[in-house]
Amino acid sequence: MLTLEAISKVYKVGAFGGRELTAVQEVSFAVGPGEVVSLIGESGSGKSTIGRMVLRLASVTKGRIVFDGTDVSRHTGARLKAYRKKVQGVFQDPFSSYNPIFKADRVLHMIRDSFFPGVSASQWRTKLEESLDAVRLDPGQVLGKYPHQLSGGQLQRLLIARALLLDIELLVADEIISMLDASTRIDVLNLLAELKERGLGILFITHDLSLGHYLSDRSVILRRGEVVEIGPTTEVFANPKHDYTKMLLASVPQLHRKWDMA
Amino acid sequence: MGLRVENLRVYYRTMRGDVKALDGATFEVADGEIMGLAGESGCGKSTLSKSLIRLDSRMKLVAGSVELDGKMLPLTDHEAMNKYRFAEVSLIPQYAMSALNPTRKIGKMIAELVRSRGFSYRVLLPELERRLALVGLSPDVLNNYPIELSGGMKQRTVMVLSTLLDPSLLIADEVTSALDVSTQRAVAETLVQFRDRGFVKSMIVVTHDLSLVYQIADTIMVMYAGKLAEKAPADKVVKEPRHPYTRLLISSLPEVGVRYAERRLVGIPGRPPGLLDPPSGCRFRDRCPLAFDKCAEEPPFVEVERGHEVACWKAM
Repeated sequence: MLTLEAISKVYKVGAFGGRELTAVQEVSFAVGPGEVVSLIGESGSGKSTIGRMVLRLASVTKGRIVFDGTDVSRHTGARLKAYRKKVQGVFQDPFSSYNPIFKADRVLHMIRDSFFPGVSASQWRTKLEESLDAVRLDPGQVLGKYPHQLSGGQLQRLLIARALLLDIELLVADEIISMLDASTRIDVLNLLAELKERGLGILFITHDLSLGHYLSDRSVILRRGEVVEIGPTTEVFANPKHDYTKMLLASVPQLHRKWDMA
Repeated sequence: MGLRVENLRVYYRTMRGDVKALDGATFEVADGEIMGLAGESGCGKSTLSKSLIRLDSRMKLVAGSVELDGKMLPLTDHEAMNKYRFAEVSLIPQYAMSALNPTRKIGKMIAELVRSRGFSYRVLLPELERRLALVGLSPDVLNNYPIELSGGMKQRTVMVLSTLLDPSLLIADEVTSALDVSTQRAVAETLVQFRDRGFVKSMIVVTHDLSLVYQIADTIMVMYAGKLAEKAPADKVVKEPRHPYTRLLISSLPEVGVRYAERRLVGIPGRPPGLLDPPSGCRFRDRCPLAFDKCAEEPPFVEVERGHEVACWKAM
């Protein structure tokens, strides 16, 4: 469904843009329907840049992003909008994804204004209820509320519902549960797993290896913009080949097992 | 001697009334003990750690006392507390990376700081350099501006600075949450090393990450909605928790090795109560699967076995 073919991102840095910084270097992998691919890396590894390029929020310096057979990496205008009907993203901080002046469900109505201007009020209502139901939100509890009246988990689920209104095929989930509390984050994680079972492809970007392991079918380990290891999640975690992956795995704090301290 | 906190209550003044962020905490931290303080956002863990060193203008000490090494800390007396801050009670702030003055070279900033507390920089300098070397920093960093160091280096510099006067109690507030996993581990291990070398006697490590604090803590205290839920040796809390909240919290944590397809984890339904007007009785009652009639009465925080305290009627 989605294939990245050797994509790179180079930023111009310095006072006059004289120097170049390669944030992502020739990264290739694919996400199929109903597949969760984890993009795992530390800060500065380029994982979010890749997510932003897939969403076409950042331009692609080199390489191709192929979605359902067409290269979308240079799309603009109407073609880009059509692409975004299929691919949507949810980001890390649910609290700053909303404008606090407006009610939280404004993010849903904005979808109607820009993508479904012709849909009747009753059809829209059904659509809204379907997608809220899919993220297990009770319409009475969330509609008409302001962002500060809702919990982080509810806000994050509302953003997923917003993406689902568009019959998307791919969701880019960039650190979507890092800001949530332990008792609610697992619900959002399970929700992603349910959506996957319904055929949605998910690009799951995280720095937390245990979250990546819980959910994904395949894992991509990034380091300084380059892929160091890629493969089925169970294999990457059970039998890491690259030293960097081994080091990462050894550093993850786990319950029931303590680090061997020198 | 260590730290003894008795029935500490600290409320926040707001326009709509007092927010009861910390509502009666009684516990001890022994010499040499690293205590992990865990809980979700809004449970009062930061309020607790802040009140041990500096009450800000919105915070009101309603009741309780804090004793460190046999001396009462004058929590409400801003001036008198100065004698204890840095020297006896020290803090590694949550955003240690931005705690350094960007307009001063690090050495100069430290010199000004120790002089303001009546110590001589020249006397402390050899020890400062020795400790920087211990955490893998060259003495050259003293001639650098903070912007010239990486996040992890700044974090380590602040750690060395906070413990320079060998305080009795060190409070580390979410020191690892902004770091990558590999740096996280190095920082956590440094904390243990500081205790082992006697730079600090005891430590409170505040975190929302139970699996991280389990790696380094001797005991773990779990808070919920402004109250203490459970305190026990780290292994007990993780392997045999007695409070239903602790149990649910631990069973909801994904770990490397757990996969959705094989074992599905569940969260805790509902959300913590508001603390402006908290419900009577056990504050976890509404979300608790074990709740029964007696929970309308507030459970005391009592020892159920040696070194293991719980506030739950079902655990007694």
